[in-house]
Amino acid sequence: MSTLLTLALLLVGIAASGWVLRFAGQKATGNAPTFRDMPFAVAFGYVLGACLLLFSVWYFFQPTVTEAGVPNAGVVFFRWAVQFFIIATIAAYLFRVLGRSVGTAWSKKLFRQMPLTASFGVLVVILYAFTAIFAGWLAPHGQEEIFTRVNVLPGGNAATGGDPLHPLGTDQIGRDLLSRLIYGAQNTVGIAFVTACLAFFLGGSLGFLAATLQGWLDQVLSRAVDVLMAIPSLIFALLLMTIASAWAGSERWLLTVYMIIIIAVIDSTRVFRLARAVGLNIVVMDYIEAAKLRGEGLSYLIFKEILPNATAPLLAEFGLRFCFVFLTIASLSFLGVGIQPPLADWGTMVRDSAQFINFAAFSPLTAALPLLAAGAIALLTVGVNFVVDWMLHRSSGLKE
Amino acid sequence: MQSVIRIILQRLALGLLTLFVVSIVIFTAVNMLPGDFAEAILGQGATPEAVASIRRDLGLDQPPITRYFQWLGGALQGDLGNSFAQANFASFAGADTGVSTTVAQQIAPRFENTMFLAAVTAFIAVPVSLTLGILAALFRNSVFDRATNVTTLTSISSPEFFLAYVLILFLAVLNPVLPSLSNIFDGMSFGERLEKTLLPALTLTLVVTAHMMRMTRAAIINLLASPYIEMARLKGMSPMRVIVKHALPNALAPIINVIALNLAYLITGVVVVEVVFVYPGIGQLFVDSVKIRDIPVVQACCLIFAAAYILLNLLADILSILSNPRLRHPK
Repeated sequence: MSTLLTLALLLVGIAASGWVLRFAGQKATGNAPTFRDMPFAVAFGYVLGACLLLFSVWYFFQPTVTEAGVPNAGVVFFRWAVQFFIIATIAAYLFRVLGRSVGTAWSKKLFRQMPLTASFGVLVVILYAFTAIFAGWLAPHGQEEIFTRVNVLPGGNAATGGDPLHPLGTDQIGRDLLSRLIYGAQNTVGIAFVTACLAFFLGGSLGFLAATLQGWLDQVLSRAVDVLMAIPSLIFALLLMTIASAWAGSERWLLTVYMIIIIAVIDSTRVFRLARAVGLNIVVMDYIEAAKLRGEGLSYLIFKEILPNATAPLLAEFGLRFCFVFLTIASLSFLGVGIQPPLADWGTMVRDSAQFINFAAFSPLTAALPLLAAGAIALLTVGVNFVVDWMLHRSSGLKE
Repeated sequence: MQSVIRIILQRLALGLLTLFVVSIVIFTAVNMLPGDFAEAILGQGATPEAVASIRRDLGLDQPPITRYFQWLGGALQGDLGNSFAQANFASFAGADTGVSTTVAQQIAPRFENTMFLAAVTAFIAVPVSLTLGILAALFRNSVFDRATNVTTLTSISSPEFFLAYVLILFLAVLNPVLPSLSNIFDGMSFGERLEKTLLPALTLTLVVTAHMMRMTRAAIINLLASPYIEMARLKGMSPMRVIVKHALPNALAPIINVIALNLAYLITGVVVVEVVFVYPGIGQLFVDSVKIRDIPVVQACCLIFAAAYILLNLLADILSILSNPRLRHPK
């Protein structure tokens, strides 16, 4: 109860100082428009923001170890978060500066208009692609390699139960976690990318086909998609995975293939909707009519006339679709029915190491492990979403 | 008024039809399993006689269409069949252990728990996201707007379990305010139950709020370009009053729509969150049954999820028609 009381008092205090700030500003500047027209809520917001900022700075410089020698885990995590945020901002800024000075005129112009969030997103996507492609060279060990020391703690410090050979430690059967984290990029991102491409190929071509031919094919496909979309996608995926796991039997890799197909089909329904809607708008154009009169075939119409004119919305949709597929696969793996061992994958890593989070008060580094794997998933989707958000903003012409 | 009732009835019929087709899809999908239920129950050491007898008992020797209508008829009367796992357990432990073997008995208490979780989430998320959305629209392009924009985009795109573990880390492990495990049982007081539900509900709130808040902001900003808003501003109304009195009532249709759609989204999100917090809801039962291939339970859960999803989408549809007269007279 006393916590609530303190919070209430704090809010009243902030409200009072907000009023004082506005009043003092009005007096000091001789009723300048900034202060004269300032609503009370804005003054309140300024003071609240300043208080939060002060508190953050104060908390950041608290000692990481208490006097009793126990790590002050809250401060440790807060410092990591703030440091990550600062480094990410600086990296995004430098990346944007680099993009503005190097490259063709087109790419320079692109980077000039880019907000910081979007350049951060592009940087993240490039880094992930690099890690995924060169995982074999980057990882210190193989993803299935089993070492004799199991449950090595992260940190690489022998005095605290670590091992310099394994900077992030090993898991319960002795596999190097850093290597598995790096290979996870290859497996999780790679599989999600393949699935998204498949979903796009399937949904896109069927959608354009329905838009071009119309008639009964359009009706059949559209109604089928309506039905498939009436079942929540994760639920449907789980249902089909039950069946797939019975089909695959003991062939673990087959289950992964089934998963790719299942998720691609489920997600292609969303792509179909968009492709059909975009296609319908293009089909009524005069140049399509002209191409038809020239006697062009169906494939020419779809790939040479419709597709080039539908790239912009489809590209943004691809980014979003990739995020959905990636999150669905991660969720399935987290629930234990997605990507199967021995392949390293982030969703499974989170599930396997989740209980470490309870040791956060004693060893923040150990508890960071599940957060690191889950954060790796989150970082990529956040990055892609930042880029897509900017693309949509640009293409919608919203300048406000 | 007549036309409104007609449109609503049309939508209802369409929803029922969709549900019917969805039930066919679920039934067909389950029937694509290799082997059949009888072999699945008996396991590897099944003799042909035993398989045949179980097939007869369960009615598996009937053609699929008969079985489908039997299943559907049962489901409509609340009889969803028997759970394999529980039936096995009951036969192992002796006939009268009091273990619930029917799917309906298993699902009923969990369904209630899930509804409770969804209700608590909606109770927190709807007011918070509406307030944030209105504030962001009011102070658009300010630092506040940018910050909420980036934060909500981050929380939309993170996987549910990431948000769940971050919340556990800060609210359960480092500052033990809330329990990280939601072991809910019968006879718990409302306060206790709320306390155990709060952390999963907060996780879901984070996921859902982001979307609702962004849509609220977009809906209101769209309206701010209208002439009557200009008029209200010119006659000297305060920005807050302009938004609450003029923009909000007109933005209600898209906002109600988004709330209903997000409640529908909750249904999917609930699965992962329930597993993280070991919350005894329907989502956890579903995942457990998927793992051990307890087909009747999987089938039933799937049907319930799909029904709730369709119902909420239908509700969104009808509410938006009711709140926007223009939609009542389609061209």
